[in-house]
Amino acid sequence: MTVISVEGVTKTFGSHDALTDLSVQFDDGGFYALLGPSGSGKTTLLRLIAGFEFPTSGRILFNGEHMEGLPAEKRDVGMMFQSYALFPNMSVFDNVAFGLTVRKLPAAEIRTRVAEALELVRLTGYDKRRPHELSGGQRQRVALARAIVFRPRVLLLDEPLSALDKALRLGMQVELRRIQRDVGITTIFVTHDQEEALTLADRVGVLRDGRLVQEGPPKQLYERPASAFTATFLGEANLFTGTAAEGRLALPDGTLLTPDRPAAPADTTCAVRPERVDILAPAEDPGARNVITGTVSEVIFAGTSLHYLVDWQGRSLKVTATNRGAEGAAAGETVRLAFAPRDTVLVTP
Amino acid sequence: MRAFSLGGLGRVYLVLVLLFLYCPIIVMAVMSFNESQFYTLPVKWSFKWYGALAGNERILSAAANSVGIAVLTTLIASVLGTAASLAFFRYRFRGREVMQLLLFPPIAIPWLITGTAMLLFFFWIGIGRGLHAMLLGHVALALPYVIIVTSARLKAYDPDLELAARSMGAPPWMVFRRVTLPFLAPGFLAAALFAFAVSFDQFVISYFLSVPGTSTLPVEIYTAIRKGFTPEINAISTIVIGFSMALLLGVARFYKFGGERK
Repeated sequence: MTVISVEGVTKTFGSHDALTDLSVQFDDGGFYALLGPSGSGKTTLLRLIAGFEFPTSGRILFNGEHMEGLPAEKRDVGMMFQSYALFPNMSVFDNVAFGLTVRKLPAAEIRTRVAEALELVRLTGYDKRRPHELSGGQRQRVALARAIVFRPRVLLLDEPLSALDKALRLGMQVELRRIQRDVGITTIFVTHDQEEALTLADRVGVLRDGRLVQEGPPKQLYERPASAFTATFLGEANLFTGTAAEGRLALPDGTLLTPDRPAAPADTTCAVRPERVDILAPAEDPGARNVITGTVSEVIFAGTSLHYLVDWQGRSLKVTATNRGAEGAAAGETVRLAFAPRDTVLVTP
Repeated sequence: MRAFSLGGLGRVYLVLVLLFLYCPIIVMAVMSFNESQFYTLPVKWSFKWYGALAGNERILSAAANSVGIAVLTTLIASVLGTAASLAFFRYRFRGREVMQLLLFPPIAIPWLITGTAMLLFFFWIGIGRGLHAMLLGHVALALPYVIIVTSARLKAYDPDLELAARSMGAPPWMVFRRVTLPFLAPGFLAAALFAFAVSFDQFVISYFLSVPGTSTLPVEIYTAIRKGFTPEINAISTIVIGFSMALLLGVARFYKFGGERK
């Protein structure tokens, strides 16, 4: 049962700051995703928590215990690597047993616990296989069993699913979630895949240039992004820039948008998700919704949904509609787009 | 890659290549069992020369020196070289690329020149000649081979393996013993063989660094031939060949060089 606190951590490589004054808390038993583009510092943060690197300044605490000076082998962390890093010269059993033999547990207990761990990842009977005799998905399960079998205080996953193909990835997401709940271990995983972060995690932290830009439950991050970066990195968003005018946002063409909350004088930008935008029928009344008029430039058919690109003020706006079989707008048509004030989210630029 | 079945002509070609390699050696081995010392045919089988060899103190002590120096060279060069490869693999530091490049020229520099340089240098700094000087010379010659062979093996090494072991609680020495070393083993063994061969085969440098009366087998064979050839040389050579082949075939059976251990 472990709460992990990262307090004011800075990590410098040469003259480059990989992390700058970063603070975040990982709650006990939580499933936490660190999301960010490459170079954002998410992997560095994971390696600092694991103990492969040490912070230049700041503190890392497990249940209030100082960890920042301890090397990995003394921290009791389970880690699963992107490459899985299974020991090629050892069988599945010996791979999983490694953390237990290091702890000098009696042989009988090692056998029981390895069997339990293999059952948990549904690989019972694979004990004698070598890593090169396993499929990608099986290797990943072995890596996971190996990381949790010695009951570490925290489980760290580095891009756990990125080496799998899409079908297998979806299956493993469900598995990973189930196992994490069963074991109840505090879990932190790093990913650049926003969908994976939203699907798996209870909380998501978005990193950019070595700083934590926003942090919270997936729904909150998606619905109420604080910055244009979060809005566009986590899903898609249409950004509108204007000036605040009596609590509303005046766009350069004169359109007034009503945002989710009264705009402060400093507010200039709002974000609107493509699936929250409706294309109005010719005589339809928009009600209290924000309306802008544009010209459809492209319609992309994607099975369950339709994606429209709409030219407005020399820009291309994205609109996503569920495919309900009705005839939608065609390219070249002039249309009115409507979106509710609560979906017009003020963000920092 | 698809293996095509080899036609008759191809097989004949390969047999010729192997004959080209083995013909002189086979003749030497056969003649070591010939009673006549003048390569006369037909062969009259006898162990006469092996008997004579048993009484040849000079050759036997030279053989003992050779094996001793080769074993020590193998041990020292393999350990030092593997440590150097690991350092090149693990750390990024100024001058790393230059240092790696500088490993290659000693292999190409003629041994005669290296030997002369060593002889002069060893005299100048007071090491002089003798078995200890030979050992130093052989280790220096073997090191580049060891580093290159073990580095080739390390190219396929995933450093995450060590991190994984550490995260599971293994202290550094255990990581090395249970993860790094088993992975390196085939490369280490190939490197050790190279080191042994470089030392055991070494003539030029041993010749330069030996003192009269204490030398290695190649030097002793050369001296003996200069005084006049006797089939005892065939006999000792045949023993050496048999020993080397057994060693190499034995190792090749257990390891695929440069590839995965089977």
